[in-house]
Amino acid sequence: MAITTATVPKVGRNFRIQWEPAQDAYVLLYPEGMVKLNQSAGEILKRCDGAANVAAIVADLETTFNAQGLEADVLAFIELADQQKWVELT
Amino acid sequence: MTDLSEAVAVQDTAKIGPPLWLLAELTYRCPLHCVYCYNPVDFAKTEDELTTEQWFKVLREARELGSVQCGFSGGEPMLRDDLEVIVAEAHRLGYYTNLLTSGVGLNEKRIGALKEAGLDHIQLSFQDSTREMNDFLSSTRTFDLKRRAADMIKAHGYPMVMNCTIHRHNIDHIEAILQLASDIDAEYVELANTQYYGWAQVNRDQLLPSREQLERAERITNEWRATHGNKMKLFFVVPDYYEKRPKKCMNGWGNIFLTITPDGKALPCHTARMLPGLEFPDVRTSSIREIWYESEGFNRYRGTGWMKEPCSSCPEKENDYGGCRCQAYMIANDPAAADPVCDKSPLHNRITEVVDRAQIAGNAAQVKPLIYRGPKESLQLDRPF
Repeated sequence: MAITTATVPKVGRNFRIQWEPAQDAYVLLYPEGMVKLNQSAGEILKRCDGAANVAAIVADLETTFNAQGLEADVLAFIELADQQKWVELT
Repeated sequence: MTDLSEAVAVQDTAKIGPPLWLLAELTYRCPLHCVYCYNPVDFAKTEDELTTEQWFKVLREARELGSVQCGFSGGEPMLRDDLEVIVAEAHRLGYYTNLLTSGVGLNEKRIGALKEAGLDHIQLSFQDSTREMNDFLSSTRTFDLKRRAADMIKAHGYPMVMNCTIHRHNIDHIEAILQLASDIDAEYVELANTQYYGWAQVNRDQLLPSREQLERAERITNEWRATHGNKMKLFFVVPDYYEKRPKKCMNGWGNIFLTITPDGKALPCHTARMLPGLEFPDVRTSSIREIWYESEGFNRYRGTGWMKEPCSSCPEKENDYGGCRCQAYMIANDPAAADPVCDKSPLHNRITEVVDRAQIAGNAAQVKPLIYRGPKESLQLDRPF
């Protein structure tokens, strides 16, 4: 499906995101594997809770990090995450 | 595991990263008798499995260092009556928990209890796509039971990896194996060509496929990928005997993997206990922190400082760390030698001789009877590999 600011992403059912102090990073865990997320990927993915849409995630990130114009980056990441099945879209 | 190794940057020797992957081999006991089992050939000599409390200590100490993926393996881990409480403790500590099982011993009651304990994923092994071959290769009647186990795993909502070890006797059934994986609705399929350790080394000539078989299997796997979409993720692990460069074994010695054997030895990989002249620490008497950072067993082959020629001056030494120490010992009789899979090894011919034999169907070595993994055979053979 086309990803828009109205899309509501949720971390995929076979994935788990958690903060790992030893790696100083968010990681995405799945059967016998792990992806270490960079800061922006971690901050986006942890907001993919199945309730917030992309617009709300962007707004939250822009407020939290006192930044602007993040929408294109967030949309691009959600698209990548969807391909990897890291998120499910509704 | 593939993605894990990609996700972790290569570390220099000065900075030792955490043991991200903890493999808990809960028991060497197993109802199956697979001819390629990687367990030590002399497993039957080991006694005194770790207690529940001792496993709790391992889980706690490794988690403190940063372990996050935890595999419960064996032998058959379902044979431990305390599997559910061990999984529950691992879950409580924040691990992602993986159960690696033959499916024997899984029933509604236990699979439900494991779900409640927080088990995240189940890897189910099959030996082949048909009842006849599955049961022949494992020397058991387990095919129908595995099919039922697969249904239970899905009904309880677990993601499932189907693992099938590939070798000369089942590699020509690759399409049927993929179909089986698809039928049971596996999310991931590991077509893991046999690696020649433990019992697989004993049966090596009978198990190594020909080049033609291997190329056909790879072609069919790629075709399946191209025509079936990405619903099921396929991993095809090539046998390193057909390579010219060695594998980056365990992603580097003491780099991310920590194996604990049923009797409490801490190893940098599941077969390292065969190596001579190297004392591996016991989790009953050492902490995981001491084991990982300070023990001789974990420091001996870390990084590149221990290397001899041709590895020490090789421009590729950081790519593969000289390959596998166990293979170097088994084939070159020196754990610090280059892995003979590498064509720069002066003993590479010891690999190509085996590969050459595998091209001639029905030669004398191949038709020797397979030796099944079992306690009686273990005591008779009485050797580490």
